[in-house]
Amino acid sequence: MREMIISELSQALHEIARNFAHFLPRLIVMLILAFAGWVIAYVVKAVLRSILRLIKFDKLSENAGASQLLSKAALPSATELLSRFVFWVTWLGFILLGVQVLGILGLQEQTARFFLFLPRLFVAMFILFLGLLGASFFSRAALLAAVNANVPSPRVLSLALRSIIIVFVLSIFFEELGLAEQTMLVAFGIAFGALMLGLAIAFGMGGRDLAKRFLEKRFVREKKTESEDELSPL
Amino acid sequence: MAEESFLTDDFLRQLINVGEVDILVGLPTHNNAKTIGSIVHTIRSGILRGFPRERAVIINADGGSRDGTAELVTGVSIDDARPASNLYALRTLHSISTNYASSPASGVALRTILAAAELLRAKACVVLSPESANIEPEWLSKLLRPVYDDGFDLVTPTYRRHKFEGLLITNLLYPMTRALYGLRIREAYSPEFGFSGRFGSQFLGQNVWNDGTEGAGVELRFTLAAITGRYRICQSFLGEKNHVERSAADLVPALRQTAGTLFSALEPDFTVWSEVAGSQPLPTTGADREVLLDPLRVNRKRLREMFSTGIAELESVFQSILSPSTLAELQRIARLGDEEFHYPAELWVRTVYEFAASYQKSVISRDHIIQALAPLFRGRAFTFLMENRNASADDVENNIEGLCLEFERLKPYLLQLWKSRE
Repeated sequence: MREMIISELSQALHEIARNFAHFLPRLIVMLILAFAGWVIAYVVKAVLRSILRLIKFDKLSENAGASQLLSKAALPSATELLSRFVFWVTWLGFILLGVQVLGILGLQEQTARFFLFLPRLFVAMFILFLGLLGASFFSRAALLAAVNANVPSPRVLSLALRSIIIVFVLSIFFEELGLAEQTMLVAFGIAFGALMLGLAIAFGMGGRDLAKRFLEKRFVREKKTESEDELSPL
Repeated sequence: MAEESFLTDDFLRQLINVGEVDILVGLPTHNNAKTIGSIVHTIRSGILRGFPRERAVIINADGGSRDGTAELVTGVSIDDARPASNLYALRTLHSISTNYASSPASGVALRTILAAAELLRAKACVVLSPESANIEPEWLSKLLRPVYDDGFDLVTPTYRRHKFEGLLITNLLYPMTRALYGLRIREAYSPEFGFSGRFGSQFLGQNVWNDGTEGAGVELRFTLAAITGRYRICQSFLGEKNHVERSAADLVPALRQTAGTLFSALEPDFTVWSEVAGSQPLPTTGADREVLLDPLRVNRKRLREMFSTGIAELESVFQSILSPSTLAELQRIARLGDEEFHYPAELWVRTVYEFAASYQKSVISRDHIIQALAPLFRGRAFTFLMENRNASADDVENNIEGLCLEFERLKPYLLQLWKSRE
């Protein structure tokens, strides 16, 4: 009986020792990968930061209106944020590679999913950035055109256009990420519909006189009396 | 040979039939059927009177007219002009029309005229505007003689204008061009001008045709090219400039053609204008400028309101373009009442220079920078109108001269802004 117990214990210890001996090199490889990943991610971050500073990415981000959003959220500059994001994604990628080496069941599938998700994440980020840039550009264009055409409340018009574009871009962003696609679609439909309905009601009810004046000015030709038109700038 | 690729075969064939010419009259048109007949008639009279022995051609570059403008140009006979002038041309007077595009583009029109001038080896050329309803036969001699007889390369016009007409010219283009390039050219941007064949050929070869602006402000580029190329330039007084009815919406396109073109030229021309100090007068035939003082009804209140609205609504845009001190000063004067409101010359010059530097740095879209200048120009126009309400012609001239000197005095400020690119 006693010998049997000792034999079983000994076997178990051998098993553990064998498993550990089998696992230890993998763990070392994983740690090496994690360390190498950290070094590579750090270098990538430094290089990317330099490139972004060189191309004045912060200025571009400022023009897109993203810098203001980051500043309000007490986040670092766009260059720093993107550099850090790339650092963590790169390092995480190496860590997951290391975890895959460990051969833990179930983790391999998750790792594969992560790598498949990466391109979508970058595309979504790209769309978001371009969208913010477009929203800023078109809202400023609308603001300038409205001011120069002497349209009442130009800032409201500009803000409405900016909101529409941002809502639209966010819906594409989440769809690209595959996050709550149905919810986002419904939310976008509701938000967009509400915005349009609100604008229609506001224009119809609140702006009746304005609409009347606008249509009269547009379609009824009246004799000009006293206006800036009499001055030729050239 | 590059020009041959954009000229149509039919147009080239007609040019070959003409052979060489001494005088070329360029006429860019687009739906000008109402006025073009009389203008061509006047041109023919001008050639008969001033250049009866010279070989001459009228080149009509049409931007897709649908009202028969081109047919009217080629259809006017030389005989129509003879009874009035009682003169006879000793050479055949040709009229050629070509349709360069389906929509008007001043750059392509000028390029077509320049290419035709080069192919026909024209000695002296003139471009006239089909909108100049008060064009006189003498205009041709006034714009061509200095080139043909005296060897000038560019003849810009001067006009008799109302004191409040052409405020963009008097308050921005003339003083800034004069301060930067050192020459007192009254009308650097004009639809009428004369030029020599050699300068036309040189400009034709410049890389200015494919910059995506469709030739907006090409007339100003032409003048600036003559200055930077050190060609011989003079001015010629033409008489009264007819009033072209414009709407308030025309201000932004006008700013694009003038301020936009000037700002964009500053970077390639930096080596030229950064060395210039002061300004020199140009040889001028006739008056340098004549001012009309007739009463004119102008809605000053609207100008003032649009300035204040612009300052309030475009604050975020101005923060990207203007220095904090300039913006603060503009915000201060925007709050003043009509009587106290005054947009001083120094502040206006600083504003324009800061816009030029921001344009060069592309702090935001360049077109947005030009659009943002419109409400500020209205504020300056309001002050100019108020200052010169009861002013005599001499007073108006003195005020413009004062503004020009302010532009010259503050030129180091622009250089300082230019050099602090970062």
